[in-house]
Amino acid sequence: MRNNGILRIVARFLIPLILLFALYIQFHGEYSPGGGFQAGVVFAAGWILFVLIYGLEAGLKVIPQRAMVVVMACGALLYAFIGLLGVLLGGHFLDFAPLLPSAPKGAQQAGIILVEFGVGMTVATVVMLIFTMFAGRKSQIHLIDGIPDSEPVTYPEMNQDNSANQSTDTAAETRD
Amino acid sequence: MTLIEWMPFSVLIPLIAAPVCALLPGRVLPWTLTFVSVLASAVICALVLPMAVGEGPLSYAFGNWPPPVGIEYRVDAVNALLALLISAIATIILPWARVSVNDEVPDRQGPFYALFLLAMSGLMGITLTGDVFNVFVFLEISSLSTYALIAHGKNRAALLASFRYLIMGTLGATFYLIGVGFLYIQTGTLNMVDLAERLPALADDRAIRTAFGFIIVGMGLKLALFPLHRWLPGAYSNAPSMVTVFLAATATKVAVYVLLRLVFSVFGVEFALAMPFEEIFFTLGAVGIFFASLSAIKQTSLKRMLAYSSVSQIGYIALAISLISTAGLSAGLVHIFNHALMKGALFMCVGAIVYRIGSDRFADLGGLAKQMPLTMLAFVLAGLSMIGVPLTAGFISKWALISAAIEAGNGYAVGIVLIGSLMAVIYIWRVVEIAYLQPAPDNADMSRRREVGLSMLIPLWILIAANFYFGIDTRLTLDIATRGAEVLMGMTP
Repeated sequence: MRNNGILRIVARFLIPLILLFALYIQFHGEYSPGGGFQAGVVFAAGWILFVLIYGLEAGLKVIPQRAMVVVMACGALLYAFIGLLGVLLGGHFLDFAPLLPSAPKGAQQAGIILVEFGVGMTVATVVMLIFTMFAGRKSQIHLIDGIPDSEPVTYPEMNQDNSANQSTDTAAETRD
Repeated sequence: MTLIEWMPFSVLIPLIAAPVCALLPGRVLPWTLTFVSVLASAVICALVLPMAVGEGPLSYAFGNWPPPVGIEYRVDAVNALLALLISAIATIILPWARVSVNDEVPDRQGPFYALFLLAMSGLMGITLTGDVFNVFVFLEISSLSTYALIAHGKNRAALLASFRYLIMGTLGATFYLIGVGFLYIQTGTLNMVDLAERLPALADDRAIRTAFGFIIVGMGLKLALFPLHRWLPGAYSNAPSMVTVFLAATATKVAVYVLLRLVFSVFGVEFALAMPFEEIFFTLGAVGIFFASLSAIKQTSLKRMLAYSSVSQIGYIALAISLISTAGLSAGLVHIFNHALMKGALFMCVGAIVYRIGSDRFADLGGLAKQMPLTMLAFVLAGLSMIGVPLTAGFISKWALISAAIEAGNGYAVGIVLIGSLMAVIYIWRVVEIAYLQPAPDNADMSRRREVGLSMLIPLWILIAANFYFGIDTRLTLDIATRGAEVLMGMTP
């Protein structure tokens, strides 16, 4: 799909908007519909669109798989840390009021934004990881049905990377 | 910090340790972190239990939002006992599991132990929370991580078993969620205490009755109530041994707890009596005991046999619940606790055998008692507890169940319990006969047939000792279970 000009240009135009919209959902989540989960999924969708157009290799250059795992854990830990901060300052778990004793409402807002940011990080990277794991599987279609050397199925109008991605779904069943 | 403020950390410590554990490299670090956090959780539970029994419900409001609005943890005699059981079993399993996990899951142990921590904290969360939607969230946390844990099994059948469990488990959780949705629409609250106050006025409401049905079926799937048990044997027999031990000892018990809590504390005894709850649970329990024991007798491998035996033990618990009396409920609770002890010990023996000879098929077990005397002796002793021989924990639960049945004037229940025990004698004896009286098979690899190391034997024998201790001293089990049954029957949660 790298060679299709319309797709490339539309994607180039859309991806920043998708990422921006994800951040909008993220940082307005505490008082309007949205929040970390939705924002994370939208953000990951932007990255997935990038991968569909430019290939998995380019996508993993933007964010390597190892980094995804680390960000995934860090998001959960950010949530836990903000939650525990309330306990350390003398309140309950996820109690944000002690963070800013002078302005309890502001403290709630800040606490929710921070916690939701952790959620967003984790959700975005988990969705990316799931996609990477499916997309990164090698084509094993020639092993199907006991025909050892049959030609891998190729799809016209697609380059090598993407045909591999397409065929893995069926190959997954018979993978050993 | 007071003890009440420490209480939620029995869930939070493993939950927070899980993402850290997923990042740790190697084998020693993930195991150590897991063990330390599970141990901390167990210590907190052990400290909370006497307070929860003595002072009644302990409440902790998350984020300091007062209960009907915010999420609260509410701990009384019932869930304090169950939380202690889960965390204590996890603590005993981990030292045992180390060599077994090295054998069965050689790579990427960080994520494996992280999943275990998530599963454990999910189960703990289900037991401690006082919010019906929060139950669903933790149910999903524990279920999803359990599916992944089962898929870690060595052979490819584990993937299929995990997928089957995923389908059935998701159905169960969805049914539960639909039930909770109906409750929320009709009452406008998710807090258990609040629900219990508002539901009596709506007892004739059709949506509430539908909710009751959905919750019963959903939880019936999760607790593997006959005939919804089909996922269980595959899941137990293909998962890594450590996962099997943990699941067999805890997972279905937590689903039983949710059922008890919702039926008796939230819907209330009158509501349950107005519905055909008694008849359904009695019939399914009785039929379940009989058919699952029959299936257990027919199996040709240890793990599957014990898995079917677990289904029949769930039948005893269902039978005890169906009596709808304080004595019946306390018999059910005691059996939840005691069954965890004996099934945990039995599956530990099987795990040790699989670790040594790489198989749990009966055909490979001949004469094994000569080479693995301590493991097989433990199997026999735990088997005696399973049958219900006096001086064992199993006797206490069967005794409590039979006396509850007599008190309720239900002669059939007494007969079914006795028949079930006799069938347990048959399937336990089959193993004893093969391991003690038959010669080793010709193709047996004698070099691998050795007794397992102390790291496996000590936790195993601790559980065996517990089986006998709780068969003699019933203060912890029977007394707290009776207290818990009173809480469930009489008061709001």
